[in-house]
Amino acid sequence: MITLKILGKSLRDNKRDTLLSVLFVALEVICECTLPFVMARLIDSSGVDVNSLVIYGVILVVLATVSLFCGIKSGKCAARAGAGYSANLRDDMFVAIQNYSFANIDKFSSSSLVTRMTTDITNIQNSFSIIIRIAVRVPLMMLFSIIMAFVISPSLAWIFLLCVPILGGIIVLIVSKATPTFSKVFARYDTLNNSVHENIKGIRVVKTYVREDYENKKFAASADAVTNDFVHGEKIVAWLTPSMNLFMYVCYIVISVLGAFIITGKLGWGVLTTGDLSSLITYGINILSSLMMFAMVLIMMTMSVASAKRIAEVLVEQSTLTSPENAVKEVDNGSVTFNNVSFRYSLSATNDVLSNINLQINSGETIGIIGGTGSSKTSLVNLISRLYDVTSGEVLVGNRNVKEYDLDTLRQKVSVVLQKNVLFSGTIEENLRWGDETATEEEMIDACKIAHADEYIKSFPKGYQTYLEEGGINLSGGQKQRLCIARALLRKPKIIIFDDSTSAVDTKTDALIRKGLKDSLPNTTKIIITQRISSVEEADKIVVLDKGEINGVGIHEELLKNNEIYRDINSTQTEGDNRNE
Amino acid sequence: MNNNVNKVSSMKRLIKYIFSHNKVAMTAVITSIFVSAVASSASGIFLFLLINNVITPALSSGFSSVVGTFVSIIVSMAVVYGLGVLSSFIYSFVIAKLGQSTLNSLRKDMFAKMEMLPVSYFDSNKHGDIMSYYTNDIDAIRQFISQSMIQIINTVFTLVILTVAMLIISIWLTIVVYVSAVVMVFIIKRIGGKATVNFVKQQDSTAKLEGFIEEIIGGEKVVKVFTHEAASTADFRKLNHVVKDDSVKANEFGNIVMPILSSIGNYMYVLIAVVGGIFCLISGFKNLSLTGFSAMNAAVIVSFLSMSRSFGQSIAQVSQQTSMCAMAFAGADRVFALIDEEPEYDDGAITLVNVRKTSDGTLSECTERTETWGWKGVNSNGETILTELNGNIVLNHVDFGYVADEIVLHDICINAKAGEKMAFVGATGAGKTTITNLINRFYDVADGSIFYDGINIKDIKKADLRRSLTVVLQDTNLFTGTVKENISYGKLDANDEEIYSAAKTANAYDFIEKLPNGFGTMLSSDGANLSQGQRQLLSIARASIADTPLLILDEATSSIDTRTEKLVQKGTDKLMDGRTVFVIAHRLSTVRSSDMILVLDHGRIIEEGNHKELISKQGTYYQLYTGAFELE
Repeated sequence: MITLKILGKSLRDNKRDTLLSVLFVALEVICECTLPFVMARLIDSSGVDVNSLVIYGVILVVLATVSLFCGIKSGKCAARAGAGYSANLRDDMFVAIQNYSFANIDKFSSSSLVTRMTTDITNIQNSFSIIIRIAVRVPLMMLFSIIMAFVISPSLAWIFLLCVPILGGIIVLIVSKATPTFSKVFARYDTLNNSVHENIKGIRVVKTYVREDYENKKFAASADAVTNDFVHGEKIVAWLTPSMNLFMYVCYIVISVLGAFIITGKLGWGVLTTGDLSSLITYGINILSSLMMFAMVLIMMTMSVASAKRIAEVLVEQSTLTSPENAVKEVDNGSVTFNNVSFRYSLSATNDVLSNINLQINSGETIGIIGGTGSSKTSLVNLISRLYDVTSGEVLVGNRNVKEYDLDTLRQKVSVVLQKNVLFSGTIEENLRWGDETATEEEMIDACKIAHADEYIKSFPKGYQTYLEEGGINLSGGQKQRLCIARALLRKPKIIIFDDSTSAVDTKTDALIRKGLKDSLPNTTKIIITQRISSVEEADKIVVLDKGEINGVGIHEELLKNNEIYRDINSTQTEGDNRNE
Repeated sequence: MNNNVNKVSSMKRLIKYIFSHNKVAMTAVITSIFVSAVASSASGIFLFLLINNVITPALSSGFSSVVGTFVSIIVSMAVVYGLGVLSSFIYSFVIAKLGQSTLNSLRKDMFAKMEMLPVSYFDSNKHGDIMSYYTNDIDAIRQFISQSMIQIINTVFTLVILTVAMLIISIWLTIVVYVSAVVMVFIIKRIGGKATVNFVKQQDSTAKLEGFIEEIIGGEKVVKVFTHEAASTADFRKLNHVVKDDSVKANEFGNIVMPILSSIGNYMYVLIAVVGGIFCLISGFKNLSLTGFSAMNAAVIVSFLSMSRSFGQSIAQVSQQTSMCAMAFAGADRVFALIDEEPEYDDGAITLVNVRKTSDGTLSECTERTETWGWKGVNSNGETILTELNGNIVLNHVDFGYVADEIVLHDICINAKAGEKMAFVGATGAGKTTITNLINRFYDVADGSIFYDGINIKDIKKADLRRSLTVVLQDTNLFTGTVKENISYGKLDANDEEIYSAAKTANAYDFIEKLPNGFGTMLSSDGANLSQGQRQLLSIARASIADTPLLILDEATSSIDTRTEKLVQKGTDKLMDGRTVFVIAHRLSTVRSSDMILVLDHGRIIEEGNHKELISKQGTYYQLYTGAFELE
């Protein structure tokens, strides 16, 4: 119910079309239900007199035409409302996600957000158009048909009144039994598809270990499980058609018997004509087939409930990070201070990822951060541009708590070259413009020169207009990294953070980039995360992280002397040079 | 055109597939659909008989004169309808089982064939496309079997039966019905065609929008770092708007088909009643039917109305199945294409067996695991020959290209003696991985040959060749299952001791112990809950338990930091001891200790020698080592 309310908010400008569609469906149903009634009069006048035949004929044609008009109108309105509604819903989700923090994104995972914005929205759009047309049509059709049946012959119409609750009950029973089975099947289905996917992706592993037979058996087992569950579910649903037929045929027989008696006056239950008999049967079919449609709608709706919930979750999610009121929109300098900082990714996590971090970085310094995988280097720098919030303690940038800044300002001034970086489909220039929308050509070339990307970009036939495929797959790893650095430089930040962002760049170019940074950005604080000693050797300060704690701070020579981890890393990277001598 | 031909032949094949797997069941289904169609079509006839033979005579000559006829009509109604219910029960149930078992065997056929396909198939087809054969295409076929097929068979029967019934009652009115039906089919074609065109447009623009969503939401963290939210939203809105417009058009056409068809049904209804009514009025007008001339009366009209209604509805229902059928046949076309793919070619006959070596050096085959392996072949005289497996690999002037005229490896000569460690160094695309792909025959050489212990690898059965070597790749590809299951993938019958020791060898034991359920921790979607480094450690453990004489490490430690790598290396050193090893690494510290380093450039070996020799040569390796060249 809450879900419905949340999703309802996205209706907005489509309310009119939605209501019109419902209205026209209602009118269409009324016309359709009047048709058989007039038809009965026409049948009864066939062979009696031409005038009434013509009059009834004209009425019928008018009714059919009105019904056609309403049907077309409601179809068009429903199309507009459905498409408009899902466009709104997508828009709302997209905007919501744009306001998410990193923590929000982690909670859902990118791939799940994508599914919610694609598959789930499609499900909702489909069931929305079905609901506003069929779900309105079905009860109205049933109601009017029953009323008309009573108008024609109260002595026979009770049969329908008896059938509706019984058959309706049976349908609800079948659907409510079948849906849990199907949701179970879909979960199993996912497992099956997952195993196919793993086999496609990991075919080299399968073939390396000659596990084709093993995988075949594994697959057959889960395929059989899916099949069994599916058969179980479909067997429940298979009761629908025969039950419907049973009730319809019983109604036929009862109406035929009683109808014959009444028409011939055998029972004295009132008057009935042949035309009436024909109409009654039509109404009967209308009522029962409405019930059948009702079953379909029910199944559709229960299937889209899951999608609706998943969409609502995205819409109600509150960003864990927002700019404060009266936010500061200026960053004074590039100094960074960590005061007793501890951090964990979620409140429910049991272990600190970072604990007790105290660190002072002065504006313009070059800082190296080194440590093994899992030492939380990335987590540490993510706190500076407030990609995550500290769990306790505080992080200051330009001598102000990062929480006081406007988020856009802070991220403008603290530029991060992420470890898992992404280039987007578009030209090199378009990608660079992510750094600065208004950058001049010179500024772009300058940034690329510092990042040592200009050279290779110029070597491309189309230069800066070279089109990059999604993810920049037509560039080598080193080229991608250098372009990402140039993009970050274009922001003209006060603090720039390199998160292992030259791992694929050769050491010589790496050194040249560092030199360029030092010369052209003397006042920018440079923080370099790396696994390579050579990248940080000359830094003003090197921080050694181990298991989320600062293990040592100092310059290269100091650490070599008194930090065991640093010495260890150093030796793995330099030893062997003279090992074979 | 060609496409259509394919679809038609796939349709035939799909139907054949369904039939051939379930002959008895399909016969039962078709028979019971027929009976059920007869029952539902009979209503009109019963109504006609009831009015003509019971009500009308009863009104003139009293009810008692028709009691017998009345009872017999009601009894036959009960019998026919009873059979109708029974048969709809039968086909509903049979088809539930039949449909699923057909899909099950299709899935299994597909998967079994897929496992037999060469690696090149997976390299040249998008994984998403292969996946969609199992999801979208199978789904479309499921809908076809459980809905469309039944509906179509039912409609064909119903139309035939109704036509016969209508002709029995009145030929004139039948003509009215048929004229209306032609109009219906015409309109379905017109509007349906337009709807299809617009649906295709909608699909295209939706695909574009979804591609955008995937890219942007996938890279959302970068969007945030560059505060690009507003710009992305603006781009998104443009695409979203196009989808909305296309979707409106497509659905407008889709939505108005049914109201139009049902109103044609209504007009037909009125026409029959009016025409019938007028016929009744013209005195002396005779109704013509298959049973001859008779009087046109209310009974004729009433029964006709009921039948014409079923007639129109059947056509409308089938019209809704056309797009589903098209999707199912297109799906079947792709599914059968996969099933028809050529499996991996293998004419090797030499197999890998356990052998016992006697003191005089002769080999004899045995069944138990002996740690000594041999190649078993038959020579031209029909004698069994056993050769000891040592792990000697020789590449003799090997050329290779993934595409026939694009040679990517030129004249590669390598001589790896048993127990030697060979390293490949070179830029991305230099051909390092390609060479290893030839050794385990993921691909076959274009020219030249590869010898394994003196045997041409083409003569060795592929499965046995691969059983003798292990490849550890940069992409780890773990499988859904526990950590334990993932390690024992290398040796299915491994006991706990072996698993633990393999984990220790790979230096993975410590972190596994710290996982929530230790070795029993479930890994999902390629070990998403582990770091890339941890995944690599697991894949090394998996390789170490396989314990093969030949080992290929293809960037196997690229995501492990240098300190951990050093620890792992202690393990892998143990693992590499006495084995022939091929190492591909981009970190030169990893390859330094190799017996032989081969520097590759554009598919050619440009330098070879050990670390010391290559450094003193001051060539490419020296430049790489001193950081003058980029490796990736």
